[in-house]
Amino acid sequence: MKNKTTLIEAVNIKIKREDQVILDGIDLSVESGEIVTLIGPNGAGKSTLVKALLGLEEINSGSIKRKPGLVVGYQAQRLEIDATLPLTVRRFLTLTLSRPDIELEESLEHVKLGQSLDKSIHVLSGGEMQRVQLARAILRKPELLILDEPTQNVDITGAVDLYRLIQETRDRINCAVIMVSHDLNVVMSGTSRVYCLNNHICCSGQPAEVSQHPEFLRLFGQNSADMLAIYTHHHDHNHGPAGEVLTPAWGDEHPHDHAS
Amino acid sequence: MDDFLIRAVLAGIGVAVAAGPLGCFVVWRRMAYFGDTLAHSALLGVAVGFIIGVAPTVGTIAIGVTVALVLVWLQQKRDWSSDTLLGLLSHTTLAGGLIAITFLQGIRIDLMAYLFGDILSVSVTDVIWTWVGAAVITGALAVLWRPLVALTVNKDIARAEGISGPGIELSFVILIAILVAISMKIVGILLITAMLVIPPATARHMARTPEQMAVFAIISGCVATALGLFGSYQWDVPAGPAIVLAAAVLFAFGIIGSFLRTRNDRA
Repeated sequence: MKNKTTLIEAVNIKIKREDQVILDGIDLSVESGEIVTLIGPNGAGKSTLVKALLGLEEINSGSIKRKPGLVVGYQAQRLEIDATLPLTVRRFLTLTLSRPDIELEESLEHVKLGQSLDKSIHVLSGGEMQRVQLARAILRKPELLILDEPTQNVDITGAVDLYRLIQETRDRINCAVIMVSHDLNVVMSGTSRVYCLNNHICCSGQPAEVSQHPEFLRLFGQNSADMLAIYTHHHDHNHGPAGEVLTPAWGDEHPHDHAS
Repeated sequence: MDDFLIRAVLAGIGVAVAAGPLGCFVVWRRMAYFGDTLAHSALLGVAVGFIIGVAPTVGTIAIGVTVALVLVWLQQKRDWSSDTLLGLLSHTTLAGGLIAITFLQGIRIDLMAYLFGDILSVSVTDVIWTWVGAAVITGALAVLWRPLVALTVNKDIARAEGISGPGIELSFVILIAILVAISMKIVGILLITAMLVIPPATARHMARTPEQMAVFAIISGCVATALGLFGSYQWDVPAGPAIVLAAAVLFAFGIIGSFLRTRNDRA
């Protein structure tokens, strides 16, 4: 194993907008190869935090340190492209970089969208659009992949496929992942840490620890904690300090939508 | 062909070449009303230019950029919608311009020429200025093209991938102000937005990429200019409005064309 390096580190950050505190006292760090999941209810400031980490939102106090030259792949939460803007998949992939077609095609095949370079972006379904975004991120060969609610506007089967794809992508390019979710069953297998966010960090730790935390239960309710147990992944587990088996959950076999 | 007509065609084509690609962004970013606001402020720019003794073109660009900056400032201050703020700025500057012009004692300004254009009276100097302005706009757009398209598709993604937003967007606004300044005499303050919006809208029917849309917008703008000037000469109607109508006719053909195409696809 390579030595771990810290890719990004936020210390005690605070973000205020028009006298309203959106985030306060946030400490968060991501090491190379690590998978970090941010969960929290709507309005908890998850997207704002992610944007601050990307340098897109100003912070009012605290500090964010990024590894110099860090390459980030960012999948935005909602991508609404004006219908008046004609855009093929090829042109979308090459918005900020240029690559030969063969490389573009390869990244599309990885997300199971081969032969669609010349398709208009406007005919893609929600799930296909997210996969094209993932293909874009892969092309950049990122050390850190930031995914903001990747399964929004995607149906359940599509969501399951998408999570599997994210997992494969991560294994293939061996990058760290920060994934935002308001949904509990998307705590990915291999997740090293879950941060539960509600304007401040309510609790954080390994998935099983977080699911038993009183703050977490208050936010999400006992049902969610039980669900986390149901979605336990059989073949992927870590050991906690006392040697007990901590089982990160990833709900691919049991898709369950409890959004909205 | 008469000399004045050649000058008119040259000036009109200069405007169409610059307005095509610039107008694509106006359409994609839903800034038609913003373009209108800058155009309306142009009259104030002309008056200010005369009062402080600089060329009307310079005055127009300066006022246009000022209006854009005031808009950005107002947008941050209070939560008025952009729509309301644009309506406020657009008509305040137009009213201000109309009044300022009456204070210009001793200088006769042909108000109608500024409001509706007077392409048949453009001088050789006007043609040169139009082409200089058009060259600046297309040159700058060529440099800004890729980052500006990326920012238009999604600001957050573009910025996350290292494109700096504010500088590029300010440059874009300055380019619109320059276009307003050079096309005032051609199609007139009240019709400038038409040249920014209609040719790109026509081009949308045929384009599959942003670049194709820009090229088709230039072509459609040039054809509209030629047709409009021809009609103006033939039937003795005002040239600016004739060019705009010709552009609208091309747009209508585009709609019919794409309607027939989708029907054939289904059949």
